[in-house]
Amino acid sequence: MERRRILIVEDSPTMRQLLVFALRRLKDVEIVEAQDGMDGLRKVSSDHFDLALIDINMPVMDGLKLISLMRGEDSLKSIPIVVITTEGAKEDRERALNLGADEYLTKPIQANRVLAVARSLLKLD
Amino acid sequence: MSEDRSNLFHRGEEFLSILKRGAEFTKELLQENERLRRQMLEIESEQHTAVQNPDDWSKLRVELLGRIASLEAENHSFREQLLDVEEENRRFADRYVEIEEENNNLANLYVASYQLHSTLDLDEVLKIVIEIVINLIGAEAFAVYLIDGRDEVLQVVAAEGVEDGQIPACRLGSGTLGKAVTSAETTCWGTTRSDDFTRPIVVIPLQIQKRPIGAIAIFSLLQQKDGFSALDHELFNLLGGHAATAIFAARLYSQSERKLSTIQGFLDLLAQ
Repeated sequence: MERRRILIVEDSPTMRQLLVFALRRLKDVEIVEAQDGMDGLRKVSSDHFDLALIDINMPVMDGLKLISLMRGEDSLKSIPIVVITTEGAKEDRERALNLGADEYLTKPIQANRVLAVARSLLKLD
Repeated sequence: MSEDRSNLFHRGEEFLSILKRGAEFTKELLQENERLRRQMLEIESEQHTAVQNPDDWSKLRVELLGRIASLEAENHSFREQLLDVEEENRRFADRYVEIEEENNNLANLYVASYQLHSTLDLDEVLKIVIEIVINLIGAEAFAVYLIDGRDEVLQVVAAEGVEDGQIPACRLGSGTLGKAVTSAETTCWGTTRSDDFTRPIVVIPLQIQKRPIGAIAIFSLLQQKDGFSALDHELFNLLGGHAATAIFAARLYSQSERKLSTIQGFLDLLAQ
């Protein structure tokens, strides 16, 4: 089976490590980390990814900006995006989903939920 | 003329031959019919005998009932085994869920501990404490206090979700915070929000060998979080010990760096 590549765009090293821990349980995946929106954009533009997990509040470039840039770019618009954020308000969720995010998860995260969403978007079931 | 007679004779022979074969076939059919009739009579006779013999029927009936009972018992046993297997399956599924949850909790604790001890820079340690409290516990407003060694006052050294200067310092042993820190036990009041910054909803004393060095006070939780889980309490315990150790080590390292720099300065002066 083809190896799936997942990009984690998150400024908190603690969250990145936690997400890596959770996603490592998926078979045949390669996980790449980016520490802010700009770093994420650079990485997603220069390589192929099957899924992106993006935080909202980040320095340099926030997650919403990154999502809108990805959705405006032909080569990146089909990559499934999961938002992982502390912002739990309904309007924040709607804003992210309207920009083109596929799923919206709030912190503190449940590893099982992250895995289920990743499996579903990567069509691993 | 003689040719016509010859043909006629030949055809007569053929006809006779067909008749002979027909007669033989009819004879065979009659014999077969006779044989079948005999068989039928034998079977009827046997049946008649069997019906006439109640002992044989009774014996057969007992035998059949025995077999039915044995099959029913076997069926019952299989059903019970199936129920047992289903129950065991349910138990395994429940246990799997529990183990997965434990595994996830351990991953959270491991990551928190790993990150806390990943640096000797005090600012970095405080940043990691903040990350853990936001991302792993789900707090919205909270503060980290450290004790000023000389006058035993808890001073705010880092805060999130509150304006600078909104949270007052607190003396050890006084007020909700000071008393909770002196008690050396994590105190959780069971609510999710407090707008009074002298009355937190959770106080986690930071202590090394039972000696308090500071505290983490939580004032409100993220709106999607409606209470504390078992993992949160584990994280409180972990922070109480590991964050304290990490902060203490970072402070010592910083002091030793400063002293080393001073000594190096003196040595440089002496060398000149």
